[in-house]
Amino acid sequence: MSVAALKPSDDVIEYLAAHEKKSMLRFITCGSVDDGKSTLIGRLLYDSKLLYDDQISALESDTKKHGTQGEKIDFALLVDGLAAEREQGITIDVAYRFFSTEKRKFIVADTPGHEQYTRNMATGASTADLAVILVDARKGVLTQTRRHSFIVSLLGIRHIVVAINKMDLVDYSESTFDKIEADYRAFAKDLGFESITCIPMSALEGVNITKQSSETGWYQGCALLPYLETVKVRGRLDEKPFRLPVQWVNRPNLDFRGFSGTVASGAVRPGDEIVVLPSAKRSKVKSIVTKDGDLAEARPDMAVTLTLEDEIDISRGDVICAGKAPAEQTDQFAAHLLWMGEDALYPGRQYLLKTANRTIPATVTELKHKVNVNTLEHMSGKTMALNEVGFCNFNLAQPIAFDPYKDNPKTGSFILIDRRTNATIGVGMIDFSLRRAKNVHWQDLDVNKSARASAKHQKPCVLWFTGLSGSGKSTVANLVEKRLHDMGRHTYTLDGDNVRHGLNKDLGFTDADRVENIRRVGETAKLMVDAGLIVLVSFISPFQSERRMAREVVEDGEFVEVYVSTPLEVCEQRDVKGLYARARRGEIKNFTGIDSGYEAPENAELDLNTAEMSAEDAANRIVEYLEANGYLAG
Amino acid sequence: MSEITSLLAEAKAAAETTGLSLSTVSRKLFNDGKAIARLEAGGQCTLKTLETARTRLAELQSGASAKTAAPAAPELETPGLAANDETGLLSPATMTHLDRLEAESIHIMREVASEAENPVMLYSVGKDSAVMLHLAMKAFYPSKPPFPVMHVDTTWKFREMIKFRDEMTAKLGLDLIVHINQEGVEQGVGPFTHGSQLHTDIMKTQGLKQALDKYKFDAAFGGARRDEEKSRAKERIFSFRSREHRWDPKNQRPELWNIYNTRINKGESIRVFPLSNWTELDIWQYIYRESIPIVPLYYAAERPVVERDGALIMVDDDRMPLDGAKPKLEMVRFRTLGCYPLTGAVRSTATTLPEIIKEMLVATTSERQGRVIDHDQAASMEKKKQEGYF
Repeated sequence: MSVAALKPSDDVIEYLAAHEKKSMLRFITCGSVDDGKSTLIGRLLYDSKLLYDDQISALESDTKKHGTQGEKIDFALLVDGLAAEREQGITIDVAYRFFSTEKRKFIVADTPGHEQYTRNMATGASTADLAVILVDARKGVLTQTRRHSFIVSLLGIRHIVVAINKMDLVDYSESTFDKIEADYRAFAKDLGFESITCIPMSALEGVNITKQSSETGWYQGCALLPYLETVKVRGRLDEKPFRLPVQWVNRPNLDFRGFSGTVASGAVRPGDEIVVLPSAKRSKVKSIVTKDGDLAEARPDMAVTLTLEDEIDISRGDVICAGKAPAEQTDQFAAHLLWMGEDALYPGRQYLLKTANRTIPATVTELKHKVNVNTLEHMSGKTMALNEVGFCNFNLAQPIAFDPYKDNPKTGSFILIDRRTNATIGVGMIDFSLRRAKNVHWQDLDVNKSARASAKHQKPCVLWFTGLSGSGKSTVANLVEKRLHDMGRHTYTLDGDNVRHGLNKDLGFTDADRVENIRRVGETAKLMVDAGLIVLVSFISPFQSERRMAREVVEDGEFVEVYVSTPLEVCEQRDVKGLYARARRGEIKNFTGIDSGYEAPENAELDLNTAEMSAEDAANRIVEYLEANGYLAG
Repeated sequence: MSEITSLLAEAKAAAETTGLSLSTVSRKLFNDGKAIARLEAGGQCTLKTLETARTRLAELQSGASAKTAAPAAPELETPGLAANDETGLLSPATMTHLDRLEAESIHIMREVASEAENPVMLYSVGKDSAVMLHLAMKAFYPSKPPFPVMHVDTTWKFREMIKFRDEMTAKLGLDLIVHINQEGVEQGVGPFTHGSQLHTDIMKTQGLKQALDKYKFDAAFGGARRDEEKSRAKERIFSFRSREHRWDPKNQRPELWNIYNTRINKGESIRVFPLSNWTELDIWQYIYRESIPIVPLYYAAERPVVERDGALIMVDDDRMPLDGAKPKLEMVRFRTLGCYPLTGAVRSTATTLPEIIKEMLVATTSERQGRVIDHDQAASMEKKKQEGYF
């Protein structure tokens, strides 16, 4: 039955040859808190005799300490690895387990059931071929069952085993089983699963785990393990067009130029025509290099190095595609997004998007709708919180090559990274290109930015003043503008007074609205820079990511960040408009410095503290900076 | 056995006269480029395979093309690759689980090489490290791995490990860094004087931190596997460490598909475990399939041992206080390798890889049991890792 069951008399070479030829199945188990997931996995390991004596004796001693099953061995303790989980009796992170039988080798991702750990479940589901969803026979299809099913369908799992567990507690009742099966199939019909297999079982008692049990004589189907050993799940990517995202350019010397990467889909042979995206250069495959020798063919999941007939420029992140069926390219697409950040998603805020081997800045331009993960209903919303799923439009700084996720998960998936903390805060599955990227062409005007700038004898730029309310931003900006005006320069000031009352009068002071406020101001400043102006922007702009976004919409050297770093105590003491006092009394909500945070710049071009220098001196410093850096030349 | 030996001698002669490389000859005779190397290393094959090989060898010697030979399925063949004699190219069969594990590990290594600024591969000289090194040679071929390998030497490793380490890295042409915690050496820290826990903490954990800080490595490969121990089962492939080298198990980054977020803030670092999804059996099987050299201590031999707290400890040098005990020569081998005073030997007669694998398969205790440090307390490994143990 199992690997460990080798007898001393067996021929090990034969045994190894047989083991070597086994295929691999990766599956995920999910279910709610007390459905018995960990027990099921412990049981699979135990029944396939993969536990060693010392592990069993450790298990017995742990059972005495923390066990919840009375005298019986508590298999859950075997898999709940982290100390915090053992103490709380819950599974908080995905755990990977390994076992094999005569036919297959298995990697199981044991994932947590709580809604607050949805992101951990998605982690386990992303690499699984199949999902085992546990249902407590006494409780039937619950909210959690729906949520788990939706998440695994979202991640593209097409084969589902519904393990209707704890059948011992309902006297192995056939009608209970039938009702749960009917409920589940009715609910899951729109989730796009290719196969749904319902199995009645008791993980605790070992019923229908490794073999059909007499307790459920009415059940004609397979037990769990024999099913997992024989289910066919692979091969989807073999049929797809060839894709190889280039991971590493292999240049040991001047005579060898190879492109290393893992084949995402399709097959390639020497002589095949390929096209490289985004450059759209074409060539033919010369050889498929591995250390064991050159290959006649490379197929999905193989890590290889390609050499090409022609010397064309290819770098990491490019995708080598079948010449006849290249991937789409776009800088705007719609995708399903699972949000994993502790902070909410704000449309308009810039994040880093990483696809297979490529990392580029991206923003969500529109949150079309959110999906209630428990009911699958669509809801409207302005932001997304931890573990929420939404359907969004994305805008990227550069086009990427992609395939829709449903066609090819390897080239249709991405993660989102927070630019400040570097945390992974979202994962996405691309649905389709918005194609606007192809339709909208920027008009190439003959009178361009540099023509307008040289007519004004200046180098246009944005002077971005950031700092707390009352720090002196507007006062200093006014002085600078006066000085520049006196020098005959063309300037304009954007501040709360002239923007909040017009362009942005629809926005309030929530974090989401602040993000949008700054996005619009940044874009307006960009147009003015394009017009050749020196633009003074005076906004509290408390978040680093929005300031970075404003910096990145203009060209290098066109953004001068002026941090007016007057400390909070001084600002509050000045309280020119009486706002701090009102915020302290609770009359104004979300007031920066009081009940809303301010993220100080780390690399501002200028840092001016008006508690230590006069506004005039601060203005002089800025003008000196502009002169020294060539903004006023010409 | 003598049958095999004589066939090997003839095969080598044939390689010389035909000008073919030994692996090509191996492929022609066994449909497997590594079969000869494996047989030389003490591997076995069935009589039928031997017979087929003999027929093909005769054809090769007589100048006839080997491709006219009937393509009998040889038992020793590894299923991964089979040669096509027309083109000289290898035709990959369906990927086996070892092929998939290999490809996944290579993908991980290439990702780190591409994204980290200053990566390093930690080399413990054990069997997992041997596999990791072998995979690195494959991942970047024909280039050399674009990072150095580093051994944190506690000064109490088996002498054979050190010899093997130096020979192996020289042979592969790798850049080897050896780091020793000099403060620990100056204080005379050792397992006999300070106990296993303190010794491991100072010479291994602190030594590693020192080395990572000294060379400012931002990513370090380690050979840990998820099947080794419960808290490792939950660790990501890319595992983040704070500036103080601490692991926060409750705040791990989600890790989806094969898209790895490698971004870190200044001073932070990543431990990367390319063998995360390998099991102990996979490791041995792969060593066998690929003929990967390992430290001879894994093979049984007569070695001087004394019994300490129920463990068989090898007397590797004269720093070991014997307290009157006389080392006995016993047929033993090691299932894991570390500091010799902390590594228990097992009585064994396994002198070949198949014998070792067989012994492992019928074993009734898990691998880490040979290590003294894991038993300290229930959650000991998780705790050690939070403190910066690899």
